[in-house]
Amino acid sequence: MKRSKNRFVNYIIVLVFFAVFQILLSTGTLSSLLKGQLIPIVSYMIMAVSLNLVVGISGELSLGHAGFMSVGAFTGVIVEAALLSKMDPSALNGNMGMQMMILAVAIVIGAAVAAVAGFLIGIPVLRLNGDYLAIVTLAFGEIIKNLLYCLYVYIDDRGLHFSLDPNSLNGTTVLNGPMGALGIKKISTFAAGCVLLLIVLFIIQNLINSKSGRAIMAIRDNRIAAEASGLHVTKYKLMAFVTSAAMAGAAGALYALNYSTIVPKKFDFNTSILVLVFVVLGGIGNMTGSLIAAALLTVLPEMLREFSTYRMLIYAIVLITVMLLTNNAKFKAFLNGPFHKEKKEGKE
Amino acid sequence: MLTYLINGISLGSVYAIIALGYTMVYGIAKMLNFAHGDIIMVGGYASFCAMSYLGWPPAVAVLFSIGVCTVLGIVIERLAYKPLRSATSLAVLITAIGVSYFLQNVALLVWTSNPKVYPNIFEKIPPITVGEAQVSGVTMVTILANIVIMIALTLFTGKTRMGKAMRAVSEDKGAATLMGINVNFTISMTFAIGSGLAAIAGVLLCTAYPNLVPTTGAMPGIKAFVAAVFGGIGSIPGAMIGGILLGVIEIVARALVPDVPSDIFVFAVLIIVLLVKPSGLLGKTVREKV
Repeated sequence: MKRSKNRFVNYIIVLVFFAVFQILLSTGTLSSLLKGQLIPIVSYMIMAVSLNLVVGISGELSLGHAGFMSVGAFTGVIVEAALLSKMDPSALNGNMGMQMMILAVAIVIGAAVAAVAGFLIGIPVLRLNGDYLAIVTLAFGEIIKNLLYCLYVYIDDRGLHFSLDPNSLNGTTVLNGPMGALGIKKISTFAAGCVLLLIVLFIIQNLINSKSGRAIMAIRDNRIAAEASGLHVTKYKLMAFVTSAAMAGAAGALYALNYSTIVPKKFDFNTSILVLVFVVLGGIGNMTGSLIAAALLTVLPEMLREFSTYRMLIYAIVLITVMLLTNNAKFKAFLNGPFHKEKKEGKE
Repeated sequence: MLTYLINGISLGSVYAIIALGYTMVYGIAKMLNFAHGDIIMVGGYASFCAMSYLGWPPAVAVLFSIGVCTVLGIVIERLAYKPLRSATSLAVLITAIGVSYFLQNVALLVWTSNPKVYPNIFEKIPPITVGEAQVSGVTMVTILANIVIMIALTLFTGKTRMGKAMRAVSEDKGAATLMGINVNFTISMTFAIGSGLAAIAGVLLCTAYPNLVPTTGAMPGIKAFVAAVFGGIGSIPGAMIGGILLGVIEIVARALVPDVPSDIFVFAVLIIVLLVKPSGLLGKTVREKV
C-alpha cells in the first residue's frame, strides 16, 4: 500500500516544521503575529488529523468536532487551575519541568474526558447514516457549547466545585459560564505542541495500518460486505470516533492553555466547519494534506490581515475556487494532460 | 401559556418557511445548502434598503426582495453548485459553506456590522385577543403566510408539470433525463423557489426580531435545517411540522427554564427523534439493498 510508504513523510514534515520555526524563533526573525499563531497552528493540525480519522478513514461526516475540542480545552483549564491551587504560585516561575508536567497532565485528562464524551455521543450517533449522522453531530456540538454556557466552576478552601448557579461563585473563579475561563496561566509551548502532534500522528498512523484500521476502512467502503464478513461494525466505528474525540480533546487543552482567557463560543459550529475545510482541502483520508492545509489556512487569514476588511472575503473566494477547480472533471482532465491516463476512482 | 404557544407557532412558522427551502433543495439536488440561511439575510437587507433608502412601500419592497433572492439563488446555483453536479457530497457541502462565508462578508462590506433596525411593516394590522393572549399583526401574517405557502407548494409539486418534473428528478436523475426532463433547469427552478421563500422568511424574521446584521441568517438557517431533518428531509409537510414543533419547543423551553439556553432542548429533541425514527417524523424509510 502507498500509505505505509508515506508514514514517515508526516513525521519528517512535522520535524522540519518544528526545526524551521524553532530556528526562526530563537533568531527572533519571526513576526510577533506569526509567533502567536504557532501553538494554534499545531492545535489545528492535530484537530485536522483527528477529524480526518473520522471523515476520511471511517467515512462519517462529523460537524461537531469543535465540541470535543472544547471539552478538552475546559477540562485542561480546570485541571491546571486545580493543580496550581495546590502549590506555591512562585514555584512555577522558570520551572520548565514543572510547567511541562502540569501541561502533560492537563492534556492527558482533557483527552480522557473528551474520549468519554466521544464514547457517550458515539453510541447513539453511529447508529445513523450519512447526512443524519452529520446533523446529529452538529446538534451535539451545539449542546456541548450551550452546556458550557451554564457551567460555573470555582476553587475555594474546600477544593474544586462545579455548579449551575452563577450566584454560588466563591473563592477563585475558574469557569464563569458564558464568560468562559479567565486568568489561565499560559503554559503551552510550541515544542510541547509538536511532541503532541508527533504522538497523535504515531497513534493514528499505527491505527490505520493495523488490523482494526483495515476493518474500519472495510466498513467505510462497504458496510454490508464488512458486516457479512463478521466485522463488528459499531465497535470499529466507535473506535475511530473515540480516538478522534480524545485527540481533539488533547488539541483543545493545548490550545486553551496558550491563552489567558477562553470562551465557550470559540468552539462553535464555525470552528467545526473550519477544521472540516482543512480536511477536505487537504484531501480526504490524506494525513499529510490535512497537516499542510491546517497550517496554510490558519496562517492565510493572518497574512491577509493588511487587506483587513477584505480578508474573509478573499478566504471565501479562495475556498470556492479551490473546490470548483479540484472537483471539476474538465479541469482535472486539463491538469492531467491529454495523454495522461484517467485514474480509476470508485464512486463515493 | 397560550401566549408562549402562539409565539412559538409564529417563530416556528418562520423556521418552517426556511425549512421548506432546505427540504426542496435537498430532495431534488441531494445537497445541504448551507448558504440558505444567508439568503434570508440578503432578503432582509434587500427589503430594508428598498423601504428605507428608496422609500418604496412595504409590499413592493417585499416583492423586490423576493426577486433579488430568486435571481441570487439561480446565480449561486449556476456558478458554484452546477460545476460540482458529479462531485462528492462533501465537496458540494464545503462549497456551500464557502458561498455562505462569501455572502456574509459581502454583506459586511456593503452594510457594515452595525445593526440595522428593521421597520415593523405590519403595524397597521390591529392585534387581536385570543383568550388571555394578544396576537400581534406580525404573528398573524407569519402564520397565515406559512399556511398559504405550504398549500401552494403542495399543489405546485402535486399538480403542475414543473412539480412533476421536480419529483421525477428527485427520484432518479438519470431516468428523468431519459424521459426528456431538463434536469438542470428543474434544479435551477428549485433553487429559485427555495430562495424566494428565504426572502419571505427574511422579511418575516426581521419584522419579528428587528435587528439586522450580516450574521442574522446563520442561526435560523441551522435551526431550520434541523427542523427539516426533524420532520423528515425531502418531505414538504414534514418541514412544516418540524419547523412549528421546533419553534414551540424553543419558546416554551425559554419560558419554563430561563437559566438554561433553549438551544439545548431544541437539539436534544432532534437527537431523540432521530434515534427513535432515523428518517425523521414524516420521512420515507429507505430500505438498504445489498
